[in-house]
Amino acid sequence: MPKADELKKIASQIRRDIVRMVHDAASGHPGGSLGCADLFTALFFEILDHDPTNFDMNGIDQDIFFLSNGHISPVFYSSLARSGYFPVSELGTFRKIDSRLQGHPTTMEGLPGVRVASGSLGQGMSVSIGAATAKKLNKDDKLIFCLMGDGELNEGQVWEAAIYAGAKKVDNLIAIVDHNQKQIDGPTDEVMPLGNLRTKFEAFGFKVLEMDGNDMDDILKTVTRAKSETGKEQPIIIIMKTEMGMGVDFMMGTHKWHGVAPNDEQTEKALAQLEETLRDY
Amino acid sequence: MKNFEIINIKDTRSGFGEALLELGKTDPKVVALCADLTGSLKMDAFADAFPDRFFQVGIAEANMMGMAAGLTIGGYIPFTGTFANFSTSRVYDQVRQSIAYSKKNVKICASHAGLTLGEDGATHQTLEDMGMMKMLPGMTVINTCDFNQTRQATLAIAKHQGPVYLRFGRPKVPNFIPEDFEFTIGKALHLVEGTDVSIFAIGHLVWHALEAAKELKKQGISAEVINIHTIKPIDEKAILESVEKTGCVVTAEEHQIHGGLGDSVAQVLARSLPVPIDYVAVMDRFGESGKPEELLEAYGLDAAHIIAAAKKAVNRK
Repeated sequence: MPKADELKKIASQIRRDIVRMVHDAASGHPGGSLGCADLFTALFFEILDHDPTNFDMNGIDQDIFFLSNGHISPVFYSSLARSGYFPVSELGTFRKIDSRLQGHPTTMEGLPGVRVASGSLGQGMSVSIGAATAKKLNKDDKLIFCLMGDGELNEGQVWEAAIYAGAKKVDNLIAIVDHNQKQIDGPTDEVMPLGNLRTKFEAFGFKVLEMDGNDMDDILKTVTRAKSETGKEQPIIIIMKTEMGMGVDFMMGTHKWHGVAPNDEQTEKALAQLEETLRDY
Repeated sequence: MKNFEIINIKDTRSGFGEALLELGKTDPKVVALCADLTGSLKMDAFADAFPDRFFQVGIAEANMMGMAAGLTIGGYIPFTGTFANFSTSRVYDQVRQSIAYSKKNVKICASHAGLTLGEDGATHQTLEDMGMMKMLPGMTVINTCDFNQTRQATLAIAKHQGPVYLRFGRPKVPNFIPEDFEFTIGKALHLVEGTDVSIFAIGHLVWHALEAAKELKKQGISAEVINIHTIKPIDEKAILESVEKTGCVVTAEEHQIHGGLGDSVAQVLARSLPVPIDYVAVMDRFGESGKPEELLEAYGLDAAHIIAAAKKAVNRK
């Protein structure tokens, strides 16, 4: 089977996990999680050079992924579990008491795969630059990946980090913006228009790529290209168009499913649209 | 008990700078970040000696805190340097989430704390920083009293695993802690033995407490002076042992009365040994421009006010 087809099957299961986790917890953020399921599948099952079964905080000689928009924790947790960081059965503990799968990711409970807490927005790129700098000091040629939301770009710290990354040529960093054009209060163009993201990041010294984050072939092609652009004295950012709620028809095209859990009936309707390709947890 | 004398007059921040350079030589994992205050923080020597391990981040403290958290991932021990105000309130959420909650081994080193920053005035005179930092779970909070102690503390925190807030100041002040004193995080220093009142002092006010104790002795009051340099974790044993003997307390600090050393000491005593306490601290006001010594007097933070507070505490026994 071609690689992309195989990944699409995994992405379908990750989407099932997201819907089931959020339904089970009766809270969480399904919209952005579903939109990013294809990217996470590509990263954790194909792109990242990592060792899920021997998680080490320092990640020496491994690619490291940071999730800055921590609220899409369901897709992060499902991808970590499905790629072998921790037992898939643990996904059933999401957002419940005594769980390592907190509402937003944390290192506090020692969950393998999580290297920094995130949730309060805008901090992930700074942490990623620090980790990228540590890799350079360690003469470790592996890469740092950082995913941010587009609404998150409202935060000033992102632009402090962007000035630094461009000026100091942090060229072992691949940042990705989930450009679903939606945030809690509505479309980004209404809440806080971002303008031309490409020219903005180019002005900060980034190499800017764009991709369709719901097209597996485009993801694989574009991230591969991004990797080939590392080490050229420029940080890289991929502006990734996605559809919030992708894969569940009634969750698509609206910001209303940003942070709302589906009820029993909606869950059944959603799962009917998502093939169980690996076994449900 | 040693009689503490002035060795010389030096700024605490220079003690930090000297120790940072020393750490650079002895520990290749020590790195430093600064937000456009390299000279003020006395980090130039480190920056010159170890340019590959020094990161100028510009006036971007939030990014600095995040980067410091990231540098620990890869095994480094980052020391951040900026004024106390910009090390705490300016970046409280970054410190809370990316450093404290994430259990990152970052050393937040903060100069120009308190009123003794002087002429720059209240915008820069943080008096709330220790309160904010001690509320963060897992955060160690230290405020040093002179050059030697700042030097010793800087070396000590490099060996400690976990986030630390190290607070020091701007002005040149008496340097009186012997050069060879061992600094142990969380272990208070007994400076003067006494039986009538315990004076627990931190930071620049430790010297003022020593002067107060000398004067109190002349007036027939035997004051015990203990330097609490680590406000968190606080040395409960040293506090309780002293207060069992003296039966009353004065706390002295260059910080708001809310959230500072006084609160921490009162909390220890309220739980197991309630006694009269009087506070020498800033009484819920912002600072203002002036010379350091003028400000300490105007805000009630000098030896004279410690003496008055001690008498008040003794009279309430």
